[in-house]
Amino acid sequence: MGGFFTDTFLTALLFGAVTAAIPLLLAGLGEQMSEKAGVLNIGIEGMMITGAYIGFVGAYYSGSFWIGFIAGAAGGMAVASLMALLCVRFGLNQIVIGIALTLGLEGLTSLLHHFQFSRSYPRLPAAEVTPIPLLSDIPVLGPALFRHHLIVYLAVAMVGVMIWVYKRTQFGLNLQAAGDKPAALDVAGIDVIRTRTVAVLFTGGMAGIGGAYLANVGAGLFIPFITNGAGFLGIVLAMLARGRPVWVLVGALIFGGCLSMTTAAQVAGIRIPTDVIQMLPFLAVMAMLVLFGRRAGLPAALGIPYERGAR
Amino acid sequence: MSADAAPVSAATPDASAGKLSRRLAIALGPIIVSLALAGCVLLAVGVNPLAYYGFVVERGLLSPLGLQQTLTRMAPLLFIAAGLIVAFRAGMWNLGGDGQFLLGAVAAAASAPLLVQTLPGWLALLLAFLIATVVAMVWSLVPALLRAYQGINEIITTLMMSFLGVSLANVLVKLAFLDPSTTVPQTRTLAVSDRLPRLFETTITSGLIFGLVAIVVVHLVMTRTAFGLKLRTVGANPRAAIHAGLNVPVLTIAVFAISAGLIGMGGAIDIIGIQGNVRADWNPAYGLAVIPVVFLARMNGFAAIGFVFLLSVLSIGGESAARRLGVPQHFTLVLISIVLITLAVAEYMGHRLNQARKV
Repeated sequence: MGGFFTDTFLTALLFGAVTAAIPLLLAGLGEQMSEKAGVLNIGIEGMMITGAYIGFVGAYYSGSFWIGFIAGAAGGMAVASLMALLCVRFGLNQIVIGIALTLGLEGLTSLLHHFQFSRSYPRLPAAEVTPIPLLSDIPVLGPALFRHHLIVYLAVAMVGVMIWVYKRTQFGLNLQAAGDKPAALDVAGIDVIRTRTVAVLFTGGMAGIGGAYLANVGAGLFIPFITNGAGFLGIVLAMLARGRPVWVLVGALIFGGCLSMTTAAQVAGIRIPTDVIQMLPFLAVMAMLVLFGRRAGLPAALGIPYERGAR
Repeated sequence: MSADAAPVSAATPDASAGKLSRRLAIALGPIIVSLALAGCVLLAVGVNPLAYYGFVVERGLLSPLGLQQTLTRMAPLLFIAAGLIVAFRAGMWNLGGDGQFLLGAVAAAASAPLLVQTLPGWLALLLAFLIATVVAMVWSLVPALLRAYQGINEIITTLMMSFLGVSLANVLVKLAFLDPSTTVPQTRTLAVSDRLPRLFETTITSGLIFGLVAIVVVHLVMTRTAFGLKLRTVGANPRAAIHAGLNVPVLTIAVFAISAGLIGMGGAIDIIGIQGNVRADWNPAYGLAVIPVVFLARMNGFAAIGFVFLLSVLSIGGESAARRLGVPQHFTLVLISIVLITLAVAEYMGHRLNQARKV
């Protein structure tokens, strides 16, 4: 009987880790492309909360999780297009605009939520899961890792897609050049502004899906300020991963595990104030930064708007 | 080029009048545009924007009580702005203002009510103020050391430390410094009579004076002294600073300490001058809101005073309008963000216009 309990417990722990890791993975992969292209996308937190809200609205009114994800992606991309216009095309300061967007959208989503849902706080039903044949029958690991919503596998598969894009495609090279030496890319006849804009839009879409997952699958409802720094964690993941998508996945799973462990500790009856629990992922980030931060390589032109002919 | 520079001094009255009206248009245009945009948001949720703005102006600017509240609100914001100016001019992105502010506030709230019992009032407040400053300084040491000796980007570390700081402040309020005499989770309260005196016959806290002094001193130190020049050199070109023989790591740590210290002072002023205690889960999140403000003021201390005043009007007026119209306080965030983005865009367009005229 005791053994059975630990198995269930372990499964729940791992399941929680994956659920918590997916939004971070999506945000981290998205941010990675922006950073590669030389845009430090601080506005990703705003894109995520927008994705969470629009994604929730989409899923709630349509009854379909997929429409929720598409709506979330669209919401994130809408914010990203504003960011791209201001920071890439106009060359305004990326940090100032990023923070302003994040603040404004946290406010806006809370405001809309207040007028639309604050009386009823509607919940979505549990997301339908797609068990992977055979693998999902493995004891403990099967139900924890291979019984998730389809989007989870797609998110993990994105890691492979990103590796392919960065290593094997012309666009991947363009991105790298846009971040390291934009002038060289320009001389080669490729539009730096367009390359960076695409990267920022991609970030917005990924962050939007991440936000939608966080609200719809993770929580089942939208709460104001629900992302609570998940977008910023995505930035850390992208920084620590040094341009390698696989490390974003590893990092996301580590942070996801941290988050899940704290929830599990509460469920197990260990009495810790929630504030302490909220600190743990950030403590883990600081520890990772202290240990590995020195080697966090960032593109040379990160954060610098590109202006043709400027010195 | 010289022909372009000369007219500034030799402008005919007619041209200078045109210039003034253009400047006014540049200053007011974006504000009107952003009020209209935010008004659309209000319309969308079914609130009359004119009523909302009416309340904001009436409460934040026109009514005597409201204006006094606005000026009082400026006190902590000015300290935060001063702290951010130091960091930004030195090229360091201290985005951890919220954590530093709250830890400073909690330190002051924990120490002041106890110190007051044994020491003369002014000495107790001074000590609490210093404790808050030191606590915030120590909190900034981690990002400072990481940036100075490991070269780790401070944007991320300060943000992370801010999340940690906000949670830690809550933990401290709930576990360590809980007032045993109330059921509300909050720290001991500093009696109104023990707080910083108010100015003359008003409700404005004298903290406003300290805030104004702080930001002016910071401005002068950064623009007029050798130390300020050193910091700006580090900010403009760290490599050149090394070649100029400056000890960049030590200066980096100094920048973080000064910046966080000033923000911690803001927290202390808010407690010993205005609030009197820290309630659990209290986080006004001033830090993030002041960052874009300081940037729009181009890190100029005097301009920052004006922008901080604007922010205070919006925030005090917004709180009142929120209560009366049932619009949640979050709308202030939306409004501030729209104002910031429109002002930034307007500045860009003005810049482009100037360039186009030069060519």
